[in-house]
Amino acid sequence: MPAAEAPARAPLPPPKWNDHRIEVVLGNMLRIGVLLSAAIVLWGACIYLSRHAHEPADYRVFKGEPSDFRTIPGVVQSVIGGHGRGWIQLGLLFLIATPIARVAFSIVGFALERDRMYVAFTLIVLAILLYSLLGSGLGV
Amino acid sequence: MTILEFTAVVAIVSLVAGFLGSLTGLGGGVVLVPLLTIFFHVDIRYAIGASLVSVIATSSGAAAAYVKEGFSNIRIGMFLEIATTFGALLGAFLATWIPTSALAIIFGAVLLYSAFLSRKPRTEAQRNLPPDALATRLRLNGSFPDLEGQRNYNVQSVPTGFGLMFGAGALSGLLGIGSGAVKVLAMDQAMRIPFKVSTTTSNFMIGVTAAASAGVYLSRGYVDPGLAMPVMLGVLAGSLLGSRILVKAETKSLRLVFSVVILVLGLQMLYKGFWGKI
Repeated sequence: MPAAEAPARAPLPPPKWNDHRIEVVLGNMLRIGVLLSAAIVLWGACIYLSRHAHEPADYRVFKGEPSDFRTIPGVVQSVIGGHGRGWIQLGLLFLIATPIARVAFSIVGFALERDRMYVAFTLIVLAILLYSLLGSGLGV
Repeated sequence: MTILEFTAVVAIVSLVAGFLGSLTGLGGGVVLVPLLTIFFHVDIRYAIGASLVSVIATSSGAAAAYVKEGFSNIRIGMFLEIATTFGALLGAFLATWIPTSALAIIFGAVLLYSAFLSRKPRTEAQRNLPPDALATRLRLNGSFPDLEGQRNYNVQSVPTGFGLMFGAGALSGLLGIGSGAVKVLAMDQAMRIPFKVSTTTSNFMIGVTAAASAGVYLSRGYVDPGLAMPVMLGVLAGSLLGSRILVKAETKSLRLVFSVVILVLGLQMLYKGFWGKI
């Protein structure tokens, strides 16, 4: 329970690890991750728009992205080459990683609470997430 | 339209969508995909890819603001994520096999169903429910701050809720939406979780669910950086604004906005799908 709920009562004992505290820590971590990825995307946007602002925009026909924007090594190559769209894609990869990191850190939180059942549940979720990333050919 | 104009307009529309999505627990994607396909003539696959990315941004960006209010329930979220991530994986693999007109029809049907469910009135008798044996064993029951102080709630129908969440995850993976609507409704209607708890818990689940299918979409070339950039940045800004207002907003007016928007977009998507205009 947050301390702000009981301003008139005696001060609460020092907080242990509980659900709310874990959530606050994870919530802040998520926000930092998102803002960082947004900053990378914004940087990529500046490069991209400074070079292509006056070209026509066309998304009517689906062509699929080139491999530069479809795999992690491709994106890294594109960033090294200084391409704006490579930077944007790097920011998006970072963004996808934030909820996965959140799940991973939840395991630590539940372990601190000695909640074995929820450590197990969280491990299942993490396994599914990692399978989807590694099984989709993103790393190739 | 030049790339600069397109980027600016899409960013503004995404900002509004993110704001609405955050207020209602929709996640923004559910309004963005129809908006991008109907008004910007973007191929639905690009729209789905961009929306999926924005869904993660919405969820993660608003998480810090939500948890401070003490509404969300981390255990309900994590337990149900087992179902949603499994579903999302299945949905993402199905998406490549399904023609775009069928995607539009499924999308429209989901929107109409959500609008219908959200207008069903709830009775006050649902407020004080007896504890459910399975929910108690899974430690899903909780409390949240209300006008009269902490209010306790007992979660009901865990297997039904879990099953619905698998469906919500599959739709998320298939359509690139957070499936916030289905999640909120499953938690509201089946599990009888109070609206603000289900909205905020669903917000935190949406990002994890979307991440389960995002890798699949990215590796298939559905995520275009030029389109995803204004969508992601706009939705993120809008959702951060929206999450500041949620606590003050009336649940009743929230639901009305929620259902009118999705009803109109649902009809549009059905029309486009059936007449092969997608």
